[in-house]
Amino acid sequence: MKATKTLSTLAVLGTFVVAPAHAHLVETGFGAFYDGIAHVAVTPADLLVVIALALFSGQQGAGAARYVVFALPVAWLIGGIIGARWPSTATWFLLTTVSFALAGALVALNARVRDVGVAALAVVAGALHGLANGAAMASSGVGSLALAGVVSVIFFLTVILSAEVTALPAGWPQIVVRVAGSWIAATGLLMLGWLAQSGP
Amino acid sequence: MKMSMKRWKQCAGLGVALVALAPALAWSHQETGQATGFLSGFEHPISGLDHVLAMVAVGLWGAVLGPPALWALPVAFPVMMAFGGLMGLLGIPIPDVEIGIALSAIVLGAMVLAELRPSFWLAAGVVAFFAIFHGHAHGRELPEGANALLYSFGFVVATGLLHAVGILLGEAHRWAAGRQAVRAAGGGVALAGLFFLWQAVA
Repeated sequence: MKATKTLSTLAVLGTFVVAPAHAHLVETGFGAFYDGIAHVAVTPADLLVVIALALFSGQQGAGAARYVVFALPVAWLIGGIIGARWPSTATWFLLTTVSFALAGALVALNARVRDVGVAALAVVAGALHGLANGAAMASSGVGSLALAGVVSVIFFLTVILSAEVTALPAGWPQIVVRVAGSWIAATGLLMLGWLAQSGP
Repeated sequence: MKMSMKRWKQCAGLGVALVALAPALAWSHQETGQATGFLSGFEHPISGLDHVLAMVAVGLWGAVLGPPALWALPVAFPVMMAFGGLMGLLGIPIPDVEIGIALSAIVLGAMVLAELRPSFWLAAGVVAFFAIFHGHAHGRELPEGANALLYSFGFVVATGLLHAVGILLGEAHRWAAGRQAVRAAGGGVALAGLFFLWQAVA
């Protein structure tokens, strides 16, 4: 719950420092649904937060993973709908960077958080990234089908990764997961520096 | 035996799932400069001998120290290195960064050569301290037009893989001949560090 409160506070604070939007959606040529799938694959901040949260929920065990498998895509979907309906004129780089850096740090630390806390973290991160996605899709003129593609790929990624991590034996395999988390956290830290350097 | 196969399958499954994501990161097209960003970041650590030797030495030392340092150092180093990069990007100066990098190779190489095994926290502190210099010097050299996030990711991944190389080489420490080879490698890193130091102060 503490993590949720921290993330919520950061989210509120972050809204004061957002910058003008330059988002757009990748076009695969296969239609809106596949554009949505491709959007996650080619948007590193989205991909990293999904990977980090899936790894983190897997570290916490099957209970937390079950929550996150549904909480993350649903929150992303709701955020996406809100973002598409009332598109913000802001970008969310700072907040999305903080979200994946924080999730990566939790994985690296192998932090122990209650299942509800993990789910709350997934809800906040999912809603945040969903808002950003929804706004990007609205500005690209694509509809809910693209958002369905986004949510589908997030669901499957989360299921596969969290299930794998949940089943990992102790020792090296779990250490590899922590190393992956530290890489994500380190990437986020460096990205925060770039954002600070480039200014609002 | 059955348990062992199961473990391998689980590890392989996770590995495949993670690796399958890598091409998307490297060759994405949503914004300009993504492939350039990842490749530039990935190439940067492996293009500088000072960085390569220090990273491999971290892995070698981890192998000499054994658990928990073996896995804790590769987890801590990227984060501390990124912290150094963050300091650089925020304009917080660190004096004599190049000397610090040269010293990192000397100290880490000497630790491997002498097979020194300090307490876990001291070893982690030494590695974290030097990681800041490497991040400060190398983490902020973004090429024009490259994607900053993917540059950062590529930089961190390449550094982590250099640690892995060091750890794998350090596994030779289990055998008598390998142990001497690992110590010799540490000596080589320390000597190279002396050369870097001479270059930095000259």
